[in-house]
Amino acid sequence: METFVIKICTVVKKLIYFNVKVVLDCVPLEPLYHKNLLKKNHETMRDDIIQTRWHGRGGQGAITAAKIVAEAAFESGYSGVVMAPTFGTERRGAPVFTSLKFAKTKIYDLSPITAPDMVIVLDHLLLEEVDVAAGLAPSGLIVINSPKEPDAYRFEGMRVATADVTNISLNGGLPAGIVNTGIIGAFGKATGLIPIDILCKAIEKEFAGKNGRKNADVARITFENTRVGGI
Amino acid sequence: MHIIESGNVAAALGVKLAEASVIAAYPITPQTPLTEKLSELVDAGEMNAQYIPVESEHSALAVCIAASSAGSRAFTATSANGLLYMNEQLHWAAGARLPIVMCVVNRGIGAPWTVWNDHQDSISQRDTGWIQLYACDHQQILDTVLKAFRLAETVSVPVMVCYDGYILSHTYMPFELPDAEMVRRFLPPFAPEYFLDPKCPKNLNTVTLPDIRPDVRGNTAPGYMEIRHNLHMDMRKSMDVISDIEIEFKEIFGRGGYPFIEPYRVNDADYVAVCMGSLSYHLRDVIDMLRKEGIAVGAAGLRVYRPFPDKAVADAFSHKKGLIVFEKALSYGNQGALFADIKAALYAKTDRPFVRNYILGLGGREIKTTELADALRNSCKPSSATTDRPEWIGLKM
Repeated sequence: METFVIKICTVVKKLIYFNVKVVLDCVPLEPLYHKNLLKKNHETMRDDIIQTRWHGRGGQGAITAAKIVAEAAFESGYSGVVMAPTFGTERRGAPVFTSLKFAKTKIYDLSPITAPDMVIVLDHLLLEEVDVAAGLAPSGLIVINSPKEPDAYRFEGMRVATADVTNISLNGGLPAGIVNTGIIGAFGKATGLIPIDILCKAIEKEFAGKNGRKNADVARITFENTRVGGI
Repeated sequence: MHIIESGNVAAALGVKLAEASVIAAYPITPQTPLTEKLSELVDAGEMNAQYIPVESEHSALAVCIAASSAGSRAFTATSANGLLYMNEQLHWAAGARLPIVMCVVNRGIGAPWTVWNDHQDSISQRDTGWIQLYACDHQQILDTVLKAFRLAETVSVPVMVCYDGYILSHTYMPFELPDAEMVRRFLPPFAPEYFLDPKCPKNLNTVTLPDIRPDVRGNTAPGYMEIRHNLHMDMRKSMDVISDIEIEFKEIFGRGGYPFIEPYRVNDADYVAVCMGSLSYHLRDVIDMLRKEGIAVGAAGLRVYRPFPDKAVADAFSHKKGLIVFEKALSYGNQGALFADIKAALYAKTDRPFVRNYILGLGGREIKTTELADALRNSCKPSSATTDRPEWIGLKM
């Protein structure tokens, strides 16, 4: 109990330091996300594969984010992991997306995701340019880097989770515009699929030295400050 | 140790583990990250190799030909039009019996320009005298690079390691990184029987006359035709070497074991879907679904295209009811090249399956799982017959 209190205090202190609004939200004991609740699209032959699509802008690091989550997924027991960037003529600032599938056994189908279970959006302004919910399975999840509450978004039959990753990252000492590690914390909280400790470890592994720690801290604080809405 | 990386990095790490000593390459999408990774490894001192930047693919292979002639373990990589630009040197490397290994990151050929995946580039080079191996995932890319060097140096024939552009080259997945000491045990240093040495000057591959003639020492030397016959016979014999290497690799690393055909639910299948590269893995999910519908179908990935493993094909498939050959390449005006080869391999068998052909995925056209399933449902019937022209999947016209 004592260590638990100390842990809570450290987190709260850190949040006050970073001038982040403390949201007293219970850490879920069970994954919020249940694969079997979703009606699978006919395109997918295997229903044990979790399909995620990451939307960002060229140069924003959506691919790096998906790669880090791929490492963490593998580390936490998903031996089948496939991360496939979308191939085309990308340029900085233009909308891009990447697919990440994971399952407990090897994945043989490398074709692009057409019916994701969840989408992760690194920039809420992308919602005006891209149909991020395209093909999203019924009762699917949309995780958005946004200063707004989940209720501010209307996606029929979908769940929305938001976190102000842009601000949390800035307060955490990351250069302006670096949101691809914070969003991993939001993904962790909204899905409950991969423990935040494993996600943070994967972030530290990706960035050598002090930057790794800084990025991992931002992900952890984002995790604590992710707001998950209902359907 | 498992790592998660792209297919191109898997290939680069294979080349590093193989301790290639000369690398010459010209960047071309989707091969570029492979050569970038190798240049980084050489620059960082993690590879004891010469990285020679060149102005074209023709020169890249010319450098490898020179390096290999001088006794170095040489590597290059390319895609699509880059491979075609090498064409003259491809024939030369094979004729000169140089054990060069090259990754071909499969991409469609222009015109019109495409950077996306199909197999037309490597298939169109099938008669250059190179051995062609195809990989289905990152583990196979890395492992096949190691096996390719061992094979090339054993039979003195250059080897292409082909893998799907983007689908494998740019996709990240976990694979096992073999231990360097174990790789050294499997692949000893390159020790050629003869090589160019300034201390002992020699002429290699000079003009040969139509007939045999005495050489400088007065011994009867083979003419052009004998030399070409030897290349062909050594290619045929290389199939035994491919089998032996596969067995030894499995003993050391515990992986593989399928030198020519990698089967999936083929044993009790009446019909078999046959193809090369990552598509043969993609088909596995389709097979599982069709099995649930009661269709006795399996999938087989051909790992070797040249030399063509005709005996393995005949042994594996002659007693089946039907074969459905999926190809990302086409011999224009005729049919799929693999389709024709498979039919030829089965021709001598009195009781042989029907063979059908589907062309798909050209220039990166998306291959939909539902389309594969529909093609197999339509084909896996006792009433199906062998066709002489391919059908197309995903054609929007």
